[in-house]
Amino acid sequence: MTDVTATLEGRNAAPRQDNQDPDLFGQTPSQTVGPFFHYGLPWKGGADLVGKSDLGARPELFGEAHYVLNLSAPTGTPRGEAIELVGTVRDAEGAPVADAMIEIWQANAEGRYRSEDDARDDAAIDPHFVGFGRSSTSDEGAYRFRTIMPGRVPGPDGTLQAPHIAVSVFARGVLNRLATRVYFAGSEGLDTDAVLAQVPEERRGTLLARSEKEGVWTLDIALGGPDETVFFDL
Amino acid sequence: MSAPVSYRRGDAGMPRDLVPEYRSTVLRAPQQPRIEIPHTLTETTGPSGCWDRLMGKAAADLTAQHRGEPIGQRIVVSGRVLDEDGRPVPDTVMEIWQANAAGRYIHAKDSWDAPLDPNFTGAGRIVTDADGRYRFTTIRPGAYPWGNHKNAWRPAHIHLSLLGPAFATRLVTQMYFPDDPLIEIDPIANAIPMPYRQRMVSRFDIATTQPNRALGYLFDVVLKGREQTPFEEDGHD
Repeated sequence: MTDVTATLEGRNAAPRQDNQDPDLFGQTPSQTVGPFFHYGLPWKGGADLVGKSDLGARPELFGEAHYVLNLSAPTGTPRGEAIELVGTVRDAEGAPVADAMIEIWQANAEGRYRSEDDARDDAAIDPHFVGFGRSSTSDEGAYRFRTIMPGRVPGPDGTLQAPHIAVSVFARGVLNRLATRVYFAGSEGLDTDAVLAQVPEERRGTLLARSEKEGVWTLDIALGGPDETVFFDL
Repeated sequence: MSAPVSYRRGDAGMPRDLVPEYRSTVLRAPQQPRIEIPHTLTETTGPSGCWDRLMGKAAADLTAQHRGEPIGQRIVVSGRVLDEDGRPVPDTVMEIWQANAAGRYIHAKDSWDAPLDPNFTGAGRIVTDADGRYRFTTIRPGAYPWGNHKNAWRPAHIHLSLLGPAFATRLVTQMYFPDDPLIEIDPIANAIPMPYRQRMVSRFDIATTQPNRALGYLFDVVLKGREQTPFEEDGHD
């Protein structure tokens, strides 16, 4: 009969690994934003980069005494053409996503980012424009930003990118932030844009906002299904 | 102008998009593969130096946002925000939100009947210092049931949101607590393969614990690092 205890003395307690374990050091994994972020992330005015409204938050989802988020204080009107960017977020079956959060990041009208890592001196910072915004989606899955039309920024190898806005989509059920871009139908540089060039031609339309009304650009975001939005690996 | 320095891509600890055990992923996970794009100025920049204007002043003590003290176990959560090379990420905003001690969110759509606490909102934000350090005082959140499957319970967790220096470094994650048996059976935590899942489990720390006040937990957040170190000239000012 085998002595089942024979190997026990050679065993060691399994080391308990956690966040502080040097052997595990590396990127903190991404997790979903969940359905209850509204009192923690999207502030009043967060979706109005021109700074004149409470756009972006959904304070009706929690008591007024629990609004601890920012109230934006507009400092002035940014330069450039004011636009609205609107759309609906839908799932793979076309149902509206009522608990998504959309973030945008963009350059100002001159094509300059308000960032330490944009050190160019040939385009100026606009003191009245940051270029970062957040919008919750409504019960109908709609998001809406007021911002300015971004200028063109440099791309790889001396190219110039077409005007675009970087977009992140967060939602319950989305474990990794979904990164995409909004381009503007008919704008300059679309056919030479180095990022758009990575996207198969038949899917580029999912990144092109269209305007049927002066100053209002529409782009729906499909998380799946036949018109699935192109998402990027960053 | 020199070309922007790229960030690294997600490592082996990033979750898959489709995790059928976590039912909400089924109709919300993209079905097409993500398309790899070059990192341009758009991806290597992010808003800096304007946190107050964007998100308001720091709110680091979640136990002091209302007239009275919230119910529950007071805790301190502290640590550093680092890049993959171990360098501190200073001056970056970190936002947190969580359920109260009973596991209830202050949210109209949280329909669980555990009690709300009028003295606890559960939302905070802070900007990291020059060494990438942050520190929150809060209440240990409770576990709560959810509708994913029969008898499903989320392990206690704090939601964290970080922008980091660039669009490419954006991260939303959750911090868990040591010795929580629910982690092992939670489909959201389990979207991360072992051993990487353990990166999300904080460590109890007696040195961080405040005598007669609050238990201390350590949690470092590691953001994507640069593809290569930017060239720095010695003695150049």
